[in-house]
Amino acid sequence: MPQNQLKKKFRLGEVIAEKVVTIVAFFSLAMITLIFVFVFRETLPIFYGADAEASSVPAQIEQQETYGGEGVQEVAMQSKTSSHDTEGIASIDNLTGTTWQPVSGKPKFGIVPLVLGSLKVSLIAVLFAVPIAILAALFTSSFAPKWAKELMKPAIEILAGIPSVVIGFFALIVLASLIQNIFGYQYRLNAFVGGVALSFAVIPIIYSITEDAISRVPGSLTEASLALGASKWETAIYVVLPAATPGIFAAVLLGIGRAFGETMIVLMATGNAAMLSASLFEPVRTMSATIGAEMAEVVFGETHYNVLFLIGSILFLFTFVLNAIAELFVRQRMMKKFQGI
Amino acid sequence: MIQKKILSASVSSATALSAFFILAIVAVVMGNIIIEGSSTITWEFLTGKPTEGMTQGGIFPAIFGTFLLVVIMSIIGVPIGTITAIYLTEYANQRSPFARLIRFAVNTLAGIPAIVFGLFGLGFFIQFVGSSMDKALMPAGQLRWGQPNILWASLTMAILTLPVVIVSVEEALKSVPRELREASLALGATKFETIWKIVLPNSLAGMLTGGILAVSRGAGEVAPILFTGAAYFLPKLPNSLSDQFMELGYHIYIMSTQSPDVEATRGIQYATTLVLLVLTFALNFSAIFLRYRVRKNMAH
Repeated sequence: MPQNQLKKKFRLGEVIAEKVVTIVAFFSLAMITLIFVFVFRETLPIFYGADAEASSVPAQIEQQETYGGEGVQEVAMQSKTSSHDTEGIASIDNLTGTTWQPVSGKPKFGIVPLVLGSLKVSLIAVLFAVPIAILAALFTSSFAPKWAKELMKPAIEILAGIPSVVIGFFALIVLASLIQNIFGYQYRLNAFVGGVALSFAVIPIIYSITEDAISRVPGSLTEASLALGASKWETAIYVVLPAATPGIFAAVLLGIGRAFGETMIVLMATGNAAMLSASLFEPVRTMSATIGAEMAEVVFGETHYNVLFLIGSILFLFTFVLNAIAELFVRQRMMKKFQGI
Repeated sequence: MIQKKILSASVSSATALSAFFILAIVAVVMGNIIIEGSSTITWEFLTGKPTEGMTQGGIFPAIFGTFLLVVIMSIIGVPIGTITAIYLTEYANQRSPFARLIRFAVNTLAGIPAIVFGLFGLGFFIQFVGSSMDKALMPAGQLRWGQPNILWASLTMAILTLPVVIVSVEEALKSVPRELREASLALGATKFETIWKIVLPNSLAGMLTGGILAVSRGAGEVAPILFTGAAYFLPKLPNSLSDQFMELGYHIYIMSTQSPDVEATRGIQYATTLVLLVLTFALNFSAIFLRYRVRKNMAH
């Protein structure tokens, strides 16, 4: 601060204010750390209490690793003394099983159907949302008359502002019957209904970030294209879209992250049956919905409780990695792309 | 040439169709809930308690609980978010690793799924802080803080909405012209005096926007409170921070999925949904309006 050099006066109030502000700013960082620590902490008993079966299936441990990437897990596995405890213990074998039956005489904590369920519903949502959101963003930026632009802005804000429980409610009551009438399948609530409903929550994200990326495409590019005789749509498809690709990629990643972590919509609209099925029209149970539905009834400290935290950790890490990639992609690629222009 | 014309027409109509589809989703969702919900809403519904095993009566406890939740959440979250934003815009050297780390933390916080915040609330606030408080304050074996309640739910929600506050306030602080700060410093005011008397009053609208957006988000999120404090039905209103509470979004979820006769309470479900929608949109629109004014100021 140059002005302090004129009159170097120690002001206690100033120093205290700056220190207080800095310390409070530290809060967000502290919370992230605490979230990491406390969500993972509750998963640890699973690995310390793992039984002997686990050591005989190293291949499956590795598989597990790729999902979470938790170093803790491996360490826990290696340093583990084999304690023979069979009932209700979530061994790695049990965890990578295909049956999720947490409440029964011999509980089974196979999270495979839940992981696949999450992937399935998210995939449907994203496949639905991506083309619609990107094309609509292209419409507002390249083709739309002014009145349509003015209409799209509040519409997207409204869609983004609808609480997810309301979308879930709408899907449960209206959308499920509507889609069932069209396709005439057996189960009213299923992966497809959940995925379509989820796309309502994903569309505003992908749309907004795509529109932002498109608006950052330098005007000189589009003008050059138009000046060379390209038509509006040729410019949009061959110039604007490729130039905005990194941003659109980030938009899709963030959309997947949102779809994967969303709870209330899938909890209400997917039917919540943990089964493995390739069909779109069968009920499905996602990771987030499992936590949402079962955590309230579970006994603190039980294996079931710890496994639900493990599922939460996987969700957390997955969205964390997606967000990090998206951010890197937008910043670096955008920079490189436009620095030369 | 004809081929090109067909292509041109199909590209522009595909984009227009997509845009129209989004408008249709908004219109159908909003229209359905407004039409179905408005027929059940009466004054008694808004001010009464649920009766007859929740198949009749009103939703006042849920409205009250939602209100309480967002108030406690704001009391905790808005000051912390505002001060963090002040640090990031006024004090921090933008290139310093500490400032970048905090920015990274805020971005990460914004991307964590709501349900993970719920797990955190359970693992940290209830099982760790709450249980420790019980061991220290309560007679042995008694539970008061080590179980779900409105305080822990509000704190969880405060952390979830923190990035919303930080981003809005930052935008507002940046909209205060540099000349104002420089004039204040040139007149001999200290940095803190400048922030306190010049920057903050000039960015009040933006701070308000941040608070409102956070409240709107907090009122709409259900996942974080599923197991940190929300209750299915309570005979009386919460009167202490260690009480559980009813909440609008949770009420919708429970009534539409868990109640024994789902069809019979359809009207109540729709009406509750409409109340929640009206609440969040009233908040959102005032925030949009305020933000619009902030941006207009910035343009001048």
